[in-house]
Amino acid sequence: MQYVILIYESPEDFASQSPERREAVMSPWRAYYKALVDAGVYVTGAPLQPDATATTIRVKGGQRQVQDGPYADTKEQLGGFIILELPSLDAALEWAARCPTAATGALEIRPVSEEIRTLVEGGHG
Amino acid sequence: MSDEARRVIERVARESYGRLVAYLSARTHDVAAAEDSLSEAFMAAIRTWPRDGVPGSPEAWLLTAARNRLIDRARHERIHDREAPTIRLLVREAEAPSVASVFPDERLKLLFVCAHPAIDRAIHTPLMLQVVLGLDAATIANAFLLQPATMGQRLSRAKTKIRDAGIAFEIPDRHELPERVEAVLDAIYAAYGSGWDDLAGADARRRGLTEEAIWLARVLRHLLPDEPEARGLLALMLFCEARRGARRDANGGYVAVSSQDTSTWSAPMIQEAEQLLAAAARQQRPGRFQLEAALQSAHIDGARSGQTDWHAIALLYEGLVRTAPTVGALVGRAAAVAEALDPATGLARLDEIDTIAARSYQPFWAVRAHLLQRLGRTPEARAAFDRAIDLTEDVAVREFLLKARNS
Repeated sequence: MQYVILIYESPEDFASQSPERREAVMSPWRAYYKALVDAGVYVTGAPLQPDATATTIRVKGGQRQVQDGPYADTKEQLGGFIILELPSLDAALEWAARCPTAATGALEIRPVSEEIRTLVEGGHG
Repeated sequence: MSDEARRVIERVARESYGRLVAYLSARTHDVAAAEDSLSEAFMAAIRTWPRDGVPGSPEAWLLTAARNRLIDRARHERIHDREAPTIRLLVREAEAPSVASVFPDERLKLLFVCAHPAIDRAIHTPLMLQVVLGLDAATIANAFLLQPATMGQRLSRAKTKIRDAGIAFEIPDRHELPERVEAVLDAIYAAYGSGWDDLAGADARRRGLTEEAIWLARVLRHLLPDEPEARGLLALMLFCEARRGARRDANGGYVAVSSQDTSTWSAPMIQEAEQLLAAAARQQRPGRFQLEAALQSAHIDGARSGQTDWHAIALLYEGLVRTAPTVGALVGRAAAVAEALDPATGLARLDEIDTIAARSYQPFWAVRAHLLQRLGRTPEARAAFDRAIDLTEDVAVREFLLKARNS
């Protein structure tokens, strides 16, 4: 089963990614990434640029409605996501708890809907 | 239906329902489907046993029938790849006759799933009552003062989450275990509480679930023999249950423990509780439920001998405050200190409790009122009694407090 771990970072976390602090922040992330890959559970993932770079779009009545900013304007920002292949929610919680952001932000864990994926992607081709 | 068939079906439903649901859902992770297939299996038993005779192993018969229904169902519905291994497992086990006659007890895993941190806390107890004991949503709703439809929706939402989020049916890791056991203990205790509050009978809609809670506690003690808190919880419930009838006089008035007629207490229940508590103590890992049970034991001893050891009770509350510093424990400690030492010291202890929760906690005001009264501070005592009375829903307790206020 695949689980998406959505990583919500505090504004302080984002601010701390200044060039001078970058190494201190990145070192636990590199260790975490290596642990995920070594365990054979890592599927994919991506870090995101800060909220300020976000653009939201809807199409209403054929008209594009483009808006500056993220869809949900919350104090904690969606900073990235990872997708893991795991047997259970408990295993996903276990890995999420080891994520560097777990101590400063929050992580949301959601199983991937295989049913909808099959409907959209049309099987495994 | 023949009497024998009916008796056997009733017995199996009572004794083995939870084991059957646990076994089936541990393999499919689909609690609702396990319950449905099992209830179809029971229907089939009601139809065929009176005609064909009761099978040699009724549980194995029901298990096989339910499992076949699950396999059929999965084959007919469009199933996803991820469910295929589950079906293969069910089919393989269906072909192994030994599993049917002695199937493993997976109820502990099911209890951990019901009280999983990813499941809304408020639904832990209803889930256990339904999936382990087979109680229907209406009965549970009654005890929790909810509409049956609302309870039904919440239960089914929780089961969907268990299935779709992929909550593991397993014994938690050692580092997680204490917290997870605590959640199971809390949920079982909450089932007991829903009945205990009801003793006034002021609200006839509310049916206590104390027997069900005690049954669950017995199951847990059997499944977790190394956990002293499981023994402590069962002991606590039995101590309370033993005195159930004595908490009301012939006119339905409230009777405090010290004035209860000890001859109406259930001696066998108290004896069993004492044995459980002693066995738990030998495991040398004290905890909240063992301490609460020990408090009950001390009160019972006191009422029986006419001499309550308030120093011992104050000490037990001290331990409870250290393990679980709830408002209840803090107020209990203040009351015990007032008896062990003097009312002024007890009142000082009470004044130290400065939380918003205490201000809306009936026993805080009731204890305060009694202590002020004993100190001769009558106007303050009356004001405290008024607060306590305002916070009391139970008619009998209100009358008890009104009488005390005006004495």
